Amino acid sequence: MQNDSNDMVEREARMEQLVCDLLAEAKRQGASAAEACVSGDAGLSVSVRLGDVETIEHMRDNGLGVTVYFGRRKGSASTSDLSPEAVRDTVKAACNIARYTTEDECNGLADAELMATDPPDLKLYHPWDIDVSGAIELGKRCEEAARTLDERIVNSEGASLNTHAGLHVYGNSHGFIGGYPTTRHSLSCAVIGQEGETMQRDYWYTVGRAAADLETAEAVGAKAARRALARLGARKISTRDAPVVFQSDIATGLLRNFISAIRGAALYRQASFLLDHLGKQIFPRFVHIHENPLLPGGLGSAAFDAEGVATHARDLVSEGVLRGYVLNSYSARKLGMQTTGNAGGVRNLAIDPGELDLDGLLKEMGTGLLVTEMMGHGVNMVTGDYSRGAAGFWVERGEIQYPVEEITIAGNLKEMFRQLLAVGTDEERRGNIRTGSWLIENMTIAGS
Amino acid sequence: MPDPIDIARGVLLERAGLHEPDLDRALGRLLASGVDAADIYFQASRLESWVLEDGIIKEGAHNIEQGAGLRAVSGEKTGFAYTDELQLSALLEAGNTARAIVRSGGQKRIKVRGAAPVQSLYDPINPLSSLTEREKVDLLRRVDAEARRRDPRVRQVTVSLVAAHDIVLIAASDGSLSGDVRPLVRLNVSVIAEQNGRREQGSGGGGARDGYGYLLDQDRALGYARKAVHQAITNLEAGDAPAGAMTVVLGPGWPGVLLHEAIGHGLEGDFNRKGTSAFSGRIGERVAAAGCTVVDNGTLPGRRGSLNIDDEGTPTHNTVLIENGILKGYMQDKLNARLMGMASTGNGRRESYAHLPLPRMTNTYMLPGEYDPREIIASVQKGLYAVNFGGGQVDITSGKFVFSASEAYLIENGRVTRPVKGATLIGDGPQVLTRVSMVGNDLELDEGVGVCGKEGQSVPVGVGQPTLRIDELTVGGTSA
Repeated sequence: MQNDSNDMVEREARMEQLVCDLLAEAKRQGASAAEACVSGDAGLSVSVRLGDVETIEHMRDNGLGVTVYFGRRKGSASTSDLSPEAVRDTVKAACNIARYTTEDECNGLADAELMATDPPDLKLYHPWDIDVSGAIELGKRCEEAARTLDERIVNSEGASLNTHAGLHVYGNSHGFIGGYPTTRHSLSCAVIGQEGETMQRDYWYTVGRAAADLETAEAVGAKAARRALARLGARKISTRDAPVVFQSDIATGLLRNFISAIRGAALYRQASFLLDHLGKQIFPRFVHIHENPLLPGGLGSAAFDAEGVATHARDLVSEGVLRGYVLNSYSARKLGMQTTGNAGGVRNLAIDPGELDLDGLLKEMGTGLLVTEMMGHGVNMVTGDYSRGAAGFWVERGEIQYPVEEITIAGNLKEMFRQLLAVGTDEERRGNIRTGSWLIENMTIAGS
Repeated sequence: MPDPIDIARGVLLERAGLHEPDLDRALGRLLASGVDAADIYFQASRLESWVLEDGIIKEGAHNIEQGAGLRAVSGEKTGFAYTDELQLSALLEAGNTARAIVRSGGQKRIKVRGAAPVQSLYDPINPLSSLTEREKVDLLRRVDAEARRRDPRVRQVTVSLVAAHDIVLIAASDGSLSGDVRPLVRLNVSVIAEQNGRREQGSGGGGARDGYGYLLDQDRALGYARKAVHQAITNLEAGDAPAGAMTVVLGPGWPGVLLHEAIGHGLEGDFNRKGTSAFSGRIGERVAAAGCTVVDNGTLPGRRGSLNIDDEGTPTHNTVLIENGILKGYMQDKLNARLMGMASTGNGRRESYAHLPLPRMTNTYMLPGEYDPREIIASVQKGLYAVNFGGGQVDITSGKFVFSASEAYLIENGRVTRPVKGATLIGDGPQVLTRVSMVGNDLELDEGVGVCGKEGQSVPVGVGQPTLRIDELTVGGTSA
């Protein structure tokens, strides 16, 4: 862990110099434009199982990458080696590739006037002053809380604590250069419950930029145990159509599917079920989806994107209408549009919560399925067809009846978005995507 | 052909100015008192990728990585550190960090010596230089042209070509020094076809531990394009998939992803040592119908999942997992084998020097039975015939697994009738193979595109099977 601020300033200066060296070398080797990034990460990962330490891993990763342009041809190369020879060889490898790629008028850096100027400090760097024995101690407390919650918790996959600090610098031949340090800490626990012959595993985790953002070790452990216990006695249900509530941590996946469908690369390849839907109603009128890249301390925050373009808060959906795509400069040019500053993805995406908490949503649903886990990748982004493995709870008259497993739920994302009846107030706040639980009017459940 | 270990010594030690006595020192440093076993994994890898899209060579990328991972094991505890600097001082520093897993001092004297290679399943070549850049680009263009020539409804074609040249050297505390040079190539094609405003996708691909020539032999790469187009065109006609429990016939080859998910992961040593697998403690029990024999075989020449040695230096094996329906064995790395009083089966694999080894699969497949595949389809009154799949996933503890069909048909009155949309299939690992009522005589291995993920680490794998009839499996369509 690196937490000495002078040291950090020095490292940042060293990495900025490396970026400048890469850009200068690219110019020397004849490139008409270039962009480069350098990163350095250090971390500690400690896992504890059955009350004793299991693994201690020390991470230290370096990387540099360069993309060169010869007119409208491009080539890229990267390495984990930060030596001066590596700078030269990497640029050479990228230039060699650019000799064989084709002219593409959409290639090139993002437009110079879009570069971030004077990016704000988003407070993303909060090193955790924890050593190996402190990490072991926290892991032990977390797992202990899970294992002692109930005697049906019979086994454990353990608890693990991760703490990472990284520094990332990007620059390009417009003269843009920017970098900032970040930290990310997490604590997770997975335990196994048993009833009769059957076992059920479940987990919980907490993550944040600062240690103070994390849930307590005891809370994480207890939640993991309660989730595993709740699954005991799960059964299969018969095939039927029913309304479905996606619990908030699972509902983030539906927002990810939405983002995948409005990504520039999916659109210009015509590989999206939301092709040509800009300005059209895709959700009910109450839906408001937005991103805020400038959120201080946010897990998805960044003041400029992976091309140096200044980021800004914006609406993706308002009144249920699709207002914008997720574009980098290449896909924007392919579509005859302007980049949305999303090279590298969306940042702090959120959907506005509604009026009801999870219990309220279940009451609103009446009889149906509460999904708390999904399995597999059965989503066809070209057609929107959706068919995935699921586990959760059968609900009648708004009350949970029993856990269910070994079922699939199927539908079409376009229909599912239109059939979104309500978003809960029980927001999943841990990651880059924030949402409450989703109530969807009808899906096909396949079981016995 | 030169011996792989000599190539590995040259690239990882000599070029870095390291000598075998340096390995002895670094290993000795790891071996504090109380450390049962230790190893140093040196790796240098080069990777290149080329992408064709919209008929043009759109992107190319080149990546070089090298480093060493140092591990000290004491009982069930593991300490691990790695460095991307191949220098003695960096190795000693990482060694000090890794051995801190035991809070004791001391070090041991050790002398490593090179082990003789036991198998040579692929040539120790650099696949990146097996074709010129011009030839690579031409290959991409020919694949694109083949896909577009095949059917005018094809609108989009994306072709990617990837090669990796991986050189490893493993020094272990048993005194062994082993090395391997691992070529790997792969080509993937994905197409989108359009008809009357409806768009569907199809994909194909393949590869091997070989040079790019593998993709040119027998026009294999063009075959992948034809397969992708066939799948997209078929899906343009597909109706809704059925929903519910029904008889399912799985085609040969890649549908073997069933075995990978349903039983493979559950038979990895770590889950069984910890007692967290639905298969824990069940060796000797019936977990499949008579006639089902499943192996994990890392020794098939040139296959994507094959390795001369695993990432702990153990030669890979052909391990019988299920024999005639009875559970026979687990897949082991050194750590879990030792704790369970067994021998490593050569399944200790890691994504790179920066990751710890875990018990992982190589090529997992079922041996052929006696039925003609036509006879199997003819035996089904009403059911699903699934011939191509995307990925899958398993919950080791409950045993529930999924895998998603990307090309499937209805079987009605013993005949394959019409295509249906892709759907996820879900089942229970310990039960599903007990419902296998017919095993085909047409064993095929997949084309060589599989990637398996576990604990955040990806490794290349293979799967395979003959045509199988499963009497009941839940199909996740939308049509009741």
